[in-house]
Amino acid sequence: MKLRQGQFSFLPDLSDDDIRVQAQYAIDNGWAVSVEYSDDPHPRNTYWEMWGHPMFDNPDAAAVVFEVNECRKEHGGKYIRVIAFDASPGWESIRMSFIVNRPATEPGFRLVRQEAEGRVVRYTIESYATREPEGLRYA
Amino acid sequence: MTEDTDTAARPTHVDLAQSFEESGVKDVLRELDDSLVGLEPVKSRIRETAALLLVDKARRRMGLATETPTLHMSFTGNPGTGKTTVALKMADLLHRLGYVRKGHLVTVTRDDLVGQYIGHTAPKTKEVLKKAMGGVLFIDEAYYLYRPENERDYGQEAIEILLQVMENNRDDLVVILAGYADRMDRFFASNPGFRSRIAHHIEFPDYSGPELLHIAEQMLAAQNYRLDDDARGAMAEYIAARRRQPHFANARSVRNALDRARLRQANRLFNQAKGPLDADTLSTITEPDLRASRVFGGGLAVDRLDGGRRTGQAIQQAAE
Repeated sequence: MKLRQGQFSFLPDLSDDDIRVQAQYAIDNGWAVSVEYSDDPHPRNTYWEMWGHPMFDNPDAAAVVFEVNECRKEHGGKYIRVIAFDASPGWESIRMSFIVNRPATEPGFRLVRQEAEGRVVRYTIESYATREPEGLRYA
Repeated sequence: MTEDTDTAARPTHVDLAQSFEESGVKDVLRELDDSLVGLEPVKSRIRETAALLLVDKARRRMGLATETPTLHMSFTGNPGTGKTTVALKMADLLHRLGYVRKGHLVTVTRDDLVGQYIGHTAPKTKEVLKKAMGGVLFIDEAYYLYRPENERDYGQEAIEILLQVMENNRDDLVVILAGYADRMDRFFASNPGFRSRIAHHIEFPDYSGPELLHIAEQMLAAQNYRLDDDARGAMAEYIAARRRQPHFANARSVRNALDRARLRQANRLFNQAKGPLDADTLSTITEPDLRASRVFGGGLAVDRLDGGRRTGQAIQQAAE
């Protein structure tokens, strides 16, 4: 099951050139672009691991593509996304977020039912991938 | 349909004169001619490079060439011969020709690239390289990167990363190495990887006396000052005398001399002027402003004497 999170996730996977154009759009708007990776695809997993610092003072998006490719070398079997921060309102606000790398196979999510008080059923989802300990997922 | 788009994408004729006009290269070259005095070999090399890139661009449009040409350069020459200024112009030129996307110049030295401890160098170098992407990276006094006397020097690590990025990200950035000619030659001799990756070696000659005088007048004109006739003669003598003394740095020495002359001029006006001054007096540098320089007395006392034994004496004398 292909993970649909962030922008462009219903489109075919972005090429390096697509990534560069999108990141350049963010840079031209004055947003700081950064690269993050994770092996926990749960939609509520907001805080992914940072790959280096946010790129505050790079005028050209080639640097972003360069870092994405560096990150792919190290974490090619995980999800990698590019996000763009807008610092102008005075707090961290994400303007853009899109996935640029995904594992070879994505097992998807399991529906979990929990019996609660008075025959109430609580529903949640759990990624099949996260049954494995960290680092062994998507191996 | 497809045939149409094919022929549209690949023109059968190119008008070089027209693309020369359109790209704005002409403006950059004219600016270069106007703003830089002398430096004829450098200017002709830059014109040649511009012509090569224009032709290459036309060839690419016609589908005759696909590879990005190697644009990394080395600028060698004595201090104050305009290497940084030309690098700025070069960045502009490459930007207008479409070989770099942004055309900004990032100037760095060894300190910006090489770290203090193990594992510090690679991120530091990469950070600088990322900042320079889409523009030109200007490495001043590049030979300091390589320190043969210390085999565990982190400079080697920076060199390796630089070489790798210069090769793999040729579309993204252009690297210009700069420094004194003899030391750059030694640097290239011990790092053959650099020499082969750099296509354009440009040498900056020293300025002649009249050229430096011209530069002096240009610098003053930019600040709305001028030399009177006597002062012009004194300046020419100053340049000749300064050239024979140590640490002569071409245009930079001239700029420093002019800064000090402006200081003396202000002092003179302040002490001697009675009554209101007009704009002409305020912007004229006269002969005494220049003649007061120590250069006419033979330079600094420390530099005048050779040998450490007498230098100590001289400092002592100067202190008394």
